Amino acid sequence: MANIVLRDLRHSYMPAPKSDADWALKRLALEWADGGAYALLGPSGCGKTTLLNLISGLLAPTEGQILFDGRDVTKASPEERNIAQVFQFPVIYDTMTVYDNLAFPLRNRRVAERDVDDRVREVATMLELDSMLKHRAAGLTADGKQKISLGRGLVRSDVNVIMFDEPLTVIDPHLKWVLRSKLKELHQRIRRTMIYVTHDQTEALTFANQVVVMKDGEIVQIGTPVELFERPAHTFVGHFIGSPGMNVLPCDVRGGRAIFAGEAIETANGAACRGEGKGFELGVRPEFVSFASEGVPVDVVKVLDAGRYRIVETTHGGHTIKMLVPEDESIPQGSARLRFAPERTRIYENGWLVT
Amino acid sequence: MNKTVNQKAWFLILPVVLLVAFNAIIPLMTVVNYSVQESFGENAFFWSGVRWFEDVLHAERFHFALLRQSLFTAIILVIEIPLGLAIALAMPRKGPWVSVCLVLMALPLLIPWNVVGAMWNILALPDIGLLGRGLNAMGFEYNYTRQPFSAWFTIILMDVWHWTSLVVLLSYAGLVSIPEAYYQAAKIDGARQWAVFRYIQLPKLKYVLTIAILLRFMDSFMVYTEVVVLTGGGPGNSTTFLSIDLVKTALGQFDLGPAAAMSLIYFLIVLLLSWLFYTLMMRNEAR
Repeated sequence: MANIVLRDLRHSYMPAPKSDADWALKRLALEWADGGAYALLGPSGCGKTTLLNLISGLLAPTEGQILFDGRDVTKASPEERNIAQVFQFPVIYDTMTVYDNLAFPLRNRRVAERDVDDRVREVATMLELDSMLKHRAAGLTADGKQKISLGRGLVRSDVNVIMFDEPLTVIDPHLKWVLRSKLKELHQRIRRTMIYVTHDQTEALTFANQVVVMKDGEIVQIGTPVELFERPAHTFVGHFIGSPGMNVLPCDVRGGRAIFAGEAIETANGAACRGEGKGFELGVRPEFVSFASEGVPVDVVKVLDAGRYRIVETTHGGHTIKMLVPEDESIPQGSARLRFAPERTRIYENGWLVT
Repeated sequence: MNKTVNQKAWFLILPVVLLVAFNAIIPLMTVVNYSVQESFGENAFFWSGVRWFEDVLHAERFHFALLRQSLFTAIILVIEIPLGLAIALAMPRKGPWVSVCLVLMALPLLIPWNVVGAMWNILALPDIGLLGRGLNAMGFEYNYTRQPFSAWFTIILMDVWHWTSLVVLLSYAGLVSIPEAYYQAAKIDGARQWAVFRYIQLPKLKYVLTIAILLRFMDSFMVYTEVVVLTGGGPGNSTTFLSIDLVKTALGQFDLGPAAAMSLIYFLIVLLLSWLFYTLMMRNEAR
């Protein structure tokens, strides 16, 4: 187990990166505490897998340092780093039995056969693989195979960190939920640092205590799921997390107040807003928009029933504003006025939260 | 819903039936025809039953040819499969050298078989050939036209030079198709190079190697052109393999009956061994 520090890490797949776009991972610094459950969340191609491979040692960073418990492991091999990684597609050793698959990492490290047996049986019980230990691994279903990959990560009791690279991609939807809860439960039981890479916000938010949101090779925000939801540091986070995502509306700022559609709107961070003029945006989640007798005038365009609430789509001057309405509340026809909850409405400048 | 039955569809497969009939069934039936008759001049044939088959199966000449053939095939399989695999493993997976290696490997396969025989014939000549003179200069007594051992040595060397590439290319294609994640996982699991080979590469190459062994088995068991051009089956009968013996019987002595019987036996041996090997290799997959 270890706490992990990334110091000014940068990586490019090109031999001589020049422009900003050549860097798969732009300068980033990060500290992960021992025993935490972290998620790396971002759209495809944002550099999550690159970051993961840098930590595991499958890639060497172009610049920067990686420290495990203060020890510089930047140049160490994956084996020396003593980490475990579960890949997107289940990797199993076809010719071996489930038992031998689980024992493989231990036997490679010349662990005594008695201890191997203990560990393998313990992990097999944890993952409910007991009954198939004697089966050939090749015959298992996709989720069974992924459990084996996971098991090979868990079988060593001294790994510094276990990393998951979109591990549920090939798993059937109904089993995804089962495996996800299993992972969460495992983390609570063994309290080892786990890093989970995904582009699926549900997976990230349910698994992790801390979520790192990435975009174009940069970290946009690090926070608990609640923080990411309530206080997105960037309009990207607001939009990427939440379903539907945050409404982002262009606005003017005058005297600490946002002006949208000719209405002055109270915001949580208006006071911090020293600038005036353009380049500002208003961010408010659909959860915090409601119908009111006065406020932003809109036209109701579409109503989507999502069960316990409805998603109402409205427009003003070509800008779409989505809102959530509880099922027992009535929805006005045609034109209406909207109120944005002041403590949940924030001003963003060039995408970033004004502070 | 009623199923439409239309027997006219049979006409659609007629072209294929005709093609197969002309290139396989009819020639084969001709051979079967010869194998059960005694033929004389002026198209006179007499029924002889299974006599030719008995003769061939009891003939020492056939036994020795079969033995030489089997020995040759065994030797080249033992050399070419591991060697081809080793070369494929050593080849680069990316970069500019990939195409260079692939072209170099493909070259021997592009040379016509009789040219290969002629090339090695000249190369190995003890008086003017580079290989022949070189070996003699190093103190080896080497003369493939006189010593059976030299002849075997040359033929095997030639076959290895000519056909190892096939194994290399097949294995290489198999190796390249193994997803990177397997190697990454192996690294993280602390697997040494041998373990990576034994538990990842070899199992993933199983199908490709099965095909490579099958192809090399069939081709080497039927080897003809290169050997005829190089040694003509000599010295003596020491490199007279089944195919060469067959041609001698059929076209040298014009014994059509025994030659036909021998062809059928030969064909059945190749078929049986290929089937056996394939079934054994694929046995586990059915489960």
